[in-house]
Amino acid sequence: MDKMPKWADVILTPLISLVLAFAISALVILAIGESPWEALKTMVTGALGSSYGWGFTLYYTTNFIFTGLAVAVAYHASLFNIGGEGQAGLGGLGVAIMCLFIPWTHWSLALIAASLGAAAFGAAWAFIPAVLQAKRGSHIVITTIMFNFIAAALLNWALVNWLRPVGSMDPASANFPEATHLPKITDMFAALGIEWGTHTPVNVTFFVALLACVAVWALIWRSKLGYEIRALGRSETAARYAGISPVRVTVIAMLISGGLAGMMATNNVMGEAERLVLNNVEGAGFIGIAVALMGRNHPVGVLLAALLFGFLYQGGGELALWTSIPRELIIVIQALVILFTGALDNMVRAPLEAFFVARRKRGDA
Amino acid sequence: MDINTIIQILDSAVRLMTPLLLACLAGLYSERSGVFDIGLEGKMLMAAFSAAAVAALTGSVWLGLLAGIAGSLMLSLVHGLASITFRGNQLISGVAINFLASGLTVLLGQKIFALGGRTPSLTGGGRFGAIRLPFAETLEPVPVIGPIYADLISGHSILVYVAFLCVPLTWWLLFRTRFGLRLRAVGENPASVDTAGVSVTRLRYVAIGICGVLCGLAGAYLATGLGAGFVKEMTAGRGFIALAALIFAKWRPWGALFATFLFGLLEAIAGRFPSIDLGIITVPSMFMNALPYILTVIILAGFVGRAIPPRAGGEPYVKER
Repeated sequence: MDKMPKWADVILTPLISLVLAFAISALVILAIGESPWEALKTMVTGALGSSYGWGFTLYYTTNFIFTGLAVAVAYHASLFNIGGEGQAGLGGLGVAIMCLFIPWTHWSLALIAASLGAAAFGAAWAFIPAVLQAKRGSHIVITTIMFNFIAAALLNWALVNWLRPVGSMDPASANFPEATHLPKITDMFAALGIEWGTHTPVNVTFFVALLACVAVWALIWRSKLGYEIRALGRSETAARYAGISPVRVTVIAMLISGGLAGMMATNNVMGEAERLVLNNVEGAGFIGIAVALMGRNHPVGVLLAALLFGFLYQGGGELALWTSIPRELIIVIQALVILFTGALDNMVRAPLEAFFVARRKRGDA
Repeated sequence: MDINTIIQILDSAVRLMTPLLLACLAGLYSERSGVFDIGLEGKMLMAAFSAAAVAALTGSVWLGLLAGIAGSLMLSLVHGLASITFRGNQLISGVAINFLASGLTVLLGQKIFALGGRTPSLTGGGRFGAIRLPFAETLEPVPVIGPIYADLISGHSILVYVAFLCVPLTWWLLFRTRFGLRLRAVGENPASVDTAGVSVTRLRYVAIGICGVLCGLAGAYLATGLGAGFVKEMTAGRGFIALAALIFAKWRPWGALFATFLFGLLEAIAGRFPSIDLGIITVPSMFMNALPYILTVIILAGFVGRAIPPRAGGEPYVKER
């Protein structure tokens, strides 16, 4: 028998954790001498108050959906992939190669190829840690951290020595050709005669991200592979008895995870910057951890959490613009969300469980 | 390459390895007691900031050092609460601590100094100066030994010597005292320690407390010894290199000395020679920077001597009822 009703487990616990995280964030804002209420108002107006704000919020959301899903898929196999940052960076390399070296005639073809390239590079970057975990028992957390740094060095090298146009000092690739530019959502609305979100980076990959949510849901809860991933995550011994190969499932789960993280590059590298720059991921790989934790590793939860972080990210930018609060406030909020929904989960859960058990006892008597 | 160049490179290797060594030993205490700590980076960053901030405000580097230790200990306490008391996921807690430090340091720095997250440059009593060991000047003219003694061994700040002394001290504490035996046991088999009537919780809190103090020293050295003030993200992944060194050292103090020296040397070489021409191929500096991580992955893979972590590492201890 469960100690808590399902709704309390799925909705109430994360909600209380979130409230705690935000309460402490408000205290931090108070401590630096600003008003939390004013800060919240600035953030809401800046991120959600106009179609311009929404355009940026949804752009960030797209990034976080990909990296959040990446962490979530690995988590179902009880693998903690904190290499999303490196995998997404390598995904950018895949996108750049696809866009720069193949002459495309239409953006849709380029997007398909770039998605495959990004996923392949991201997956390849997750492959070695996955194999080392599965075959040699090297802890995946440590190896993926190391691979983040190796990826940064590799990208730096590739940009400086290889992709940088002749004569340019900037460690960045050439601009992608016109045919690979993805349609912005603004353009789609404009085609319908509606003015929405002019000059915002949100583009067609937002819909790809939504599709990815559905695909991950189908994979985890509606496919044999998903069953194997969850079984391995719950108990390796039980999975082994059921004839599931832990090596195979570990590697496949990490490949999917790395591929999803890599696909983020179709949004930021192909859809926004339209060239590959140094440090293009900007921490989105790490935000994926917070997103997955808050979303309880469910695609719907990941989508909602990604939206929340998209809002925080855009709102944080607005804060830095209009108030004297630096945008690093968002990193603090992110840290507190990870802390409360992830590491201090038991602190919230234990009293709640006790409450529900006590109430049930009273009901029985 | 002449002897002076070699001494200069070794000298900067010693400076660069010091924060790594302190952080590596910090991680050693924590992980030997069964608490994984990927928050070394965050604790160092917090310590670097609080040390530089207090040193800048008071003009006293010693008060800065105390503040650095306090800042780091505060985050250790958060880690302890999450991973020991509430039995949460230690890795997630570590990730959170890294972000908390990364955000808080800039936020507080901007609030106090309004320099975009930096602290003012430290001068005079706000920094740890070089210590000239006795006879450094007298011995200097002696060939080979003279420069080695005067430039390589003498002339560092006090925290460098403290870091090196911590190695034998840690070895003695861990392998020659009752506390050390218990600490190692609690990381391998906490139930046995509990059966012997020793509190697992208390031992682990002590271990992460020591870890906090050592990370505090490492951070304070970065901001007040190696550098002259705090800049945003000044740890620049050193906490993770220290973590890598810990694995490289197979969780042993003398190994930590060797591993951090190797990584410090790599950093010193990469800093001095942007790219190294080996005749056939040119090694870019990016490769030198990535080498510690690559070496650690190879060690982790178990191809060159297997690194086996403490057995109870990462698992919260649940007392039987």
